[in-house]
Amino acid sequence: MHDIRIPVGPQHPALKEPESFRLALSGEKIMEASVRLGYNHRGIEKACEERTYIQDLYLIERICGICSHAHSTCFLQAVEEIAGLEIPRRAAYIRTVIAELERIHSHLLWLGVAGHEVGFDTLLMYSWKDREIVLDLLAQMTGNRVNYGINTIGGVRRDITAALAKEVIKGIDTLEKRTGYYIEVARQEPTLINRLSGVGVLSRQDVLSLGAVGPTARASGVVRDVRKDDPYAAYGELDFDVITDKHNDVYGRTLVRLKELLESYKIIRQALDDMPQGQLAVKAPRKIPAGEALSRYEAPRGEDVHYVKSNGTDKPERVKVRAPTLANIQTVALMLEDRYLADMPIVVAAIDPCFSCTDRLISLKQEHRRRRVTRWEELRVYGIEWYRRRGVDFSRLNGNFKL
Amino acid sequence: MSEEERIREGLLKRFSSLEGKIRLQRAKRLFADVPCDDFTAALEYASRELRFQMLLTITGLDEGENLGFIYHLAREDGITLNLKISVKKDGPGIRTVTPYFPGAEIYERELVDLLGARIEGLKEGRRYPLPDDWPEGQYPLRKDWNTKALKDKEANKNA
Repeated sequence: MHDIRIPVGPQHPALKEPESFRLALSGEKIMEASVRLGYNHRGIEKACEERTYIQDLYLIERICGICSHAHSTCFLQAVEEIAGLEIPRRAAYIRTVIAELERIHSHLLWLGVAGHEVGFDTLLMYSWKDREIVLDLLAQMTGNRVNYGINTIGGVRRDITAALAKEVIKGIDTLEKRTGYYIEVARQEPTLINRLSGVGVLSRQDVLSLGAVGPTARASGVVRDVRKDDPYAAYGELDFDVITDKHNDVYGRTLVRLKELLESYKIIRQALDDMPQGQLAVKAPRKIPAGEALSRYEAPRGEDVHYVKSNGTDKPERVKVRAPTLANIQTVALMLEDRYLADMPIVVAAIDPCFSCTDRLISLKQEHRRRRVTRWEELRVYGIEWYRRRGVDFSRLNGNFKL
Repeated sequence: MSEEERIREGLLKRFSSLEGKIRLQRAKRLFADVPCDDFTAALEYASRELRFQMLLTITGLDEGENLGFIYHLAREDGITLNLKISVKKDGPGIRTVTPYFPGAEIYERELVDLLGARIEGLKEGRRYPLPDDWPEGQYPLRKDWNTKALKDKEANKNA
């Protein structure tokens, strides 16, 4: 028998979409967790059927504010396959550079959020300051910090000039040094290791049966990366490693994302060095011939899947999108069970769902039927305090690390 | 013989009904139209014998009188097998694939909500992705559905 049942959400700033959890607690332990999704379903798939391919491109880019290039590229790969368009090699390289810059921006964002959820706010301040470097680069290259609009059917809309490439390399050099420092912190700082180890455990078998993707899968020892398994854009011509880890927990997910940053720098350097000359796009027809295609893309959070069916008109018959968070969210309930309530914020954050800044509420139903309302912020503080009492305290750290 | 061709041969040897229904669209992409009677066996064969251990997602299609479902399966080497099945809209529906892919639950709930699919064996649970008070019989991804029809229905109810 469980003592308390609490709903968490649906207004839930840890996630791109509002989402609700039902938790059954026995004391401080979560005995059962169930997830309800869909609060932010916007009907984009239906809307795509009523718009032209080029309109859909801009709509699809707005599925996610962080992985926007991921979605637009994934959609275009399907459309281009149906239309039989081969994009110029230079365009494939430019798509790859933007994709990796997006991954860097996303992983640095995650690192800050993870730091914040466990009370290590110095890490948040540092990593988000560094993230500005990559956002500024993206703005210089595409005109936007997010939702870059670099893609078009048949290629890309903007070139990367030699001067711009030099700027990118400069930024990457700085970020590589900073990433080296974060890896050192993650490997050596006992407070961080103790706080994240054994939390949010997901076995290799669970990953395989639930179909988890991205860093969540790779941190449980599953070698799964579309960039290698089913190469797209320029990845087939570039040298990089798939990072995996065997910790199976939040600590492992942290190491995987940090080391993936180094691989991204490596990819960008090669892509800029080897960038072929040539045009940026081939001419695409307005009407796409009847056909179907399945497109896969390794977004920062894991595999993004788009299926497009065309009917010979300028509008698609069907567009189906499976974002990585949907594949990973089913693991969260499993990771929460038999764990402490204080671990919930970091466990949810560790799959790297997209974050928004809305407030969220949890309502505690107490034995004598009085209701108490706890804000997410209070739950976060509760988690930090709970660990502080057990000796995991980041506030003692500040000042100990020299840059 | 390429790996993709070996997979096609394997499927054909086991299921004669697939003759002429397997299409190799490009490297790493196989599409197959599977007759209803063979579907569960084909899915089991693909996942257990041909090592398609990942279900990427399930796409639902409104095909007029029928509902189509494409099961996008993938292997570690990046080959995807897209198994398609069509059933009558007013027929008995399809069987759940959660015994083979536990992660399929959320994808199947999506088919139930958005296309009105009937999925036998799908366990009770919270719906996805439509709201709890969404009117019954309104399936947004059906081709004859639009927001106007929904608004009219709501207006009639209120009047």
